[in-house]
Amino acid sequence: MNTKNKYERPVINKFYSGMMNKFGSQTIASPLKEIEGKRLNDLTDKFGSPLFVLSEKKIRQNQKSAIRIFKTRYPKVQFAWSYKTNYLNAVCKIFHQEGSWAEVVSEFEYEKAKLLGVRGENIIYNGPEKSRESLITAIKDRAKIHIDHFDELYDLIELTDELKLKARVAIRVNMDVGIFPKWDRFGFNFENGEAHQAIRRITAQKNLELIGLHTHIGTYITYAESYKVAASKLMNLANWIYDEYKITIDYIDMGGGFASLNTLKGQYLPAEQTVPSLDQYADAIANGLLEVRYKGEELPTLYLETGRALIDDAAYLISTVIANKRLSDGTRALIIDAGINFLFTSFWYKHKISQATEADAHTENTAIYGPLCMNIDCINEGMNFPAMKKGEKIVMEYVGAYNMTQWLQFIKMRPNIIMIMNDGSIELVRKAETLNYLLEQELLPLKLT
Amino acid sequence: MNIAVTGLNATDNPGPGVPVIRSIKESKEFNGKIIGLVYDSLEPGIYMENLATKCYQIPYPSSGLTHFYDRLELIHEKEKIDLIIPTLDSELYAFIKLEDQLNRLGIKTFLPTIEQLNIRGKDKLFNFCKDNGIKVPRNVLVNSVQELQKLPDDFDFPLVVKGIFYDAQIVNNIEEAVSAFQKLSYKWGFPIIIQEHVAGDEFNVVALGNGKGSLTGAVAMRKLYITEKGKGWAGVTINEKKLFEISRLVIEKTKWQSGMELEFIKSKNDNEYYLLEINPRFPAWVYLATAAGQNLPYALIKLAQGEKVEPFENFTAGTIFVRSSWDLITNIKTFEKISTLGEL
Amino acid sequence: MNKYRIPENLAISDSGFLFLASTGETFSVNEIGKEILKGIQLHKTDEEIINDLLNDYDIDKQSLQKDFDDFILQLQKNNLALL
Repeated sequence: MNTKNKYERPVINKFYSGMMNKFGSQTIASPLKEIEGKRLNDLTDKFGSPLFVLSEKKIRQNQKSAIRIFKTRYPKVQFAWSYKTNYLNAVCKIFHQEGSWAEVVSEFEYEKAKLLGVRGENIIYNGPEKSRESLITAIKDRAKIHIDHFDELYDLIELTDELKLKARVAIRVNMDVGIFPKWDRFGFNFENGEAHQAIRRITAQKNLELIGLHTHIGTYITYAESYKVAASKLMNLANWIYDEYKITIDYIDMGGGFASLNTLKGQYLPAEQTVPSLDQYADAIANGLLEVRYKGEELPTLYLETGRALIDDAAYLISTVIANKRLSDGTRALIIDAGINFLFTSFWYKHKISQATEADAHTENTAIYGPLCMNIDCINEGMNFPAMKKGEKIVMEYVGAYNMTQWLQFIKMRPNIIMIMNDGSIELVRKAETLNYLLEQELLPLKLT
Repeated sequence: MNIAVTGLNATDNPGPGVPVIRSIKESKEFNGKIIGLVYDSLEPGIYMENLATKCYQIPYPSSGLTHFYDRLELIHEKEKIDLIIPTLDSELYAFIKLEDQLNRLGIKTFLPTIEQLNIRGKDKLFNFCKDNGIKVPRNVLVNSVQELQKLPDDFDFPLVVKGIFYDAQIVNNIEEAVSAFQKLSYKWGFPIIIQEHVAGDEFNVVALGNGKGSLTGAVAMRKLYITEKGKGWAGVTINEKKLFEISRLVIEKTKWQSGMELEFIKSKNDNEYYLLEINPRFPAWVYLATAAGQNLPYALIKLAQGEKVEPFENFTAGTIFVRSSWDLITNIKTFEKISTLGEL
Repeated sequence: MNKYRIPENLAISDSGFLFLASTGETFSVNEIGKEILKGIQLHKTDEEIINDLLNDYDIDKQSLQKDFDDFILQLQKNNLALL
């Protein structure tokens, strides 16, 4: 039998001026067939599709390198894992093993951290909603309570008086660091004197112990220098506290907000070209803290609540092609079995999406839709992508942050989450939800049966 | 000496590639090939005779760095590029990120750092100027229409709405502002810059920084004729000390390494020069500087090679450029070649 | 069985570059796309074209049929194939 020529799907492209030239259309570098040596198809055969895959190795590497980066620039550094970014027990546990504390923003997260064995004093309790019950627990646990507003401050004054216990508190400060939008809905404002007022109120209470200052200037901040401004403003505030009350604070908490390698939808250039590295953020923060000489007895510890930048690239979402379509204008569309229900971050990110199988070299502008019966269920409105067959796998990268906490249970059950462990084994870390799981919470009134 | 230059889009919103090449070729010392790197098969520079020895299409940097680099490497294998001069704002990040990789291939570059690039970024320029005592119109960055509605009270119309990379539009009321915001954000992404409008005459300076804090050369120009898009279509070189002082200060403070264009407005109100913008590359009118006595693109080549370049002392004020439209004629076969093979 | 027609003034060059002289539009096609267009130009039916390709290329009939139909749709949308 004579050998036949290699087949390639027939493709036609119209030339438009200003269109991506064909020397630029092949944006897919190569298929992603394996994650740490595990073939994607084997993983989905065993655990179903869609499937979230986490990497223990990557998480540990990220945390270790972040500690190294900051410790080489500032003498005392403490990380606290931002639970809201990903509060799977397996993920939190790894961060705690790497020496990170817990940063929680709700009662539920607080309890989750305690169940994982985090000591109260190693929990930073943030957020605008803290119930009286949870504040009582936090006071008794000697947790670090970061006060967000005056009503909470009055609650704490009342509770500590009733309990005859001391609360260890910090205030969250918002400020102008030259970026827009200003995050002024959280905490006390620096420029208008609100923060100073809150500190006066705290120091007047014998049962409130002011131990730190906290800020969180925003999210996905692409300009590292903003952190320098924020750090020196907090350090100046710390000096003011020392001058006025001779109080040496324990720490300055710079929050999070570092950008990851995901590209925002409104961004013209890919994140890999514009986002500062962790070193640049660390430089900015350390310079900001050190350029203001601290007057207190001992240099405060730098706390960091980095979330996204430590977990985003440690997770993947594997999904299966359900169908191919052509939209009315001729655009190719791909329907896959994971939509915005599991990839909430696709509302603001252009996620990196690769095919899991060897595909032909020709790419075509393709819209990628999820399986929900909703028009908004669109993962990508149009990207260059090769043709895919029904049943083939695609994989989305940098999905570790927020997706496993903000995901929706809408018309489908949430899928399995597995973790590839350091020793190469695979562990199921969250079971796919079942109908029973859902029904367990439901009550059908007898009158309706 | 083989030099690759981008931005051959000498259109009504021209890229500086063509005048950069023209300057280089005019230097008596230059002896080598010019490689044009183009994004579109209709960039006019491709069709100009005796401009580039060869032209190659390259992918947009937004299609991913690896892909972008692979293409450059392939072209380098064929052409042995000694130096690349990128001339467009939006590709600079990519070239800077790839600088080490390119240098390792033996391709030299003469570029600012990311930090320097960020200082002049339209969203950061205000603070830089304030810190260095340079007059600058106030601005705010806006990411949504809601934010646009909440502009500070003392921002009075008319205002200027600017894209993060290109384009600017003067607006007279909030409705116009919203429409400009939507148009520009769709095109260039976020943030959008809302700037106070300073009324007055426009002046531009082309400058070259040696990367060590000194100004190798600078030529100032007053626009004589401005198109609807705000592009200078004719201009005359001028000698105004104040403009050079500010330009020298900017180059010094940033330790700028590359060409630069500074855009000023001389305010009708206080007769002061306001720095509106710094463009991190040569402008499309850079050949005027060459013609007036300062061949800055060629000086850049020498700097990139590590040669010592004495700063230019002067230039001929009163040199005029008038841009013209001229239809280049070509055959469909030429277009086919560049479109399908990616090189010509 | 279908027989398509391509516009008279469509020039197909070896490089896969198409120039439609009546509208001034230009396109590019890959190798298989070019084969299909050439088949149409030679007045072959869709079955004949598909069989020719099956002889020459390493592909199963069902996949080819699907790709062929999709390609014809693209041609029709651009007024490059008329029934």
